[in-house]
Amino acid sequence: MNKGFGTVVLDTVFRFLIPFILLYGFYVLSTGGGFQAGALLAIAVILSRVVHGTEAAFNLSGNRALILAGIGTFIYGFIGVATLVWGGNFLEYGVFPFQMLSAEKHALGIMGIEVGVTLCVMATFIAIFDALVGKEEK
Amino acid sequence: MKLMRIVALSFVLFMAAIMFTSSGSLPQIYDPYSAPAVHITDHYIEKAVEETGTANMVTAVLADYRGYDTLGEKPVIFTAGLAAVLLLRASRKPAVGSVKLARQKRG
Repeated sequence: MNKGFGTVVLDTVFRFLIPFILLYGFYVLSTGGGFQAGALLAIAVILSRVVHGTEAAFNLSGNRALILAGIGTFIYGFIGVATLVWGGNFLEYGVFPFQMLSAEKHALGIMGIEVGVTLCVMATFIAIFDALVGKEEK
Repeated sequence: MKLMRIVALSFVLFMAAIMFTSSGSLPQIYDPYSAPAVHITDHYIEKAVEETGTANMVTAVLADYRGYDTLGEKPVIFTAGLAAVLLLRASRKPAVGSVKLARQKRG
């Protein structure tokens, strides 16, 4: 699948569809569904690979996707250790030294780990798709 | 090698015995007087929005009260994806030192 199926109809529908998919992905992320948001964002990238082939501008190679998945996993653990540094329990978001209410600190911490979850799930999906279509160097 | 197998088998049987003997003391399913149903569920429902500032109660439980559990879930996804990618790539080209490649070189 290195060439893509890019006819005029597919290309036009793709251009209309992609902003809505991305917007819905970020909306789901903002309400706290990291796994689902990752799947939606991965669909956007995979769709661009299917329509435009490997020359798509909106693309991510398999090795980079794996690195990104590792970074996403790291963010979660990093936030857990960061709360330890400020003297709290592991993943106790209330100890962040910001001028906020306790509930807002918790919301901020939850947002941070959801971003990590989203990155990990999205990059894992893209890496598996990339390995399936066999694009990597021989 | 054979000793390691015997050790592994006995360890598995030991863990299975622990599980079977202790599973009788777990709370019954749908028991209204079990420990989680008595006070923890009520606390989550009443205080989740107030304590975590998150409108979604499920997210509050997953990412805040049970954050440790979700932390373990992430490496599971990452490792499963990594294993799938490695297997799919390995099926495409013969690995260095594999039987197939050695046979090809020998003629």
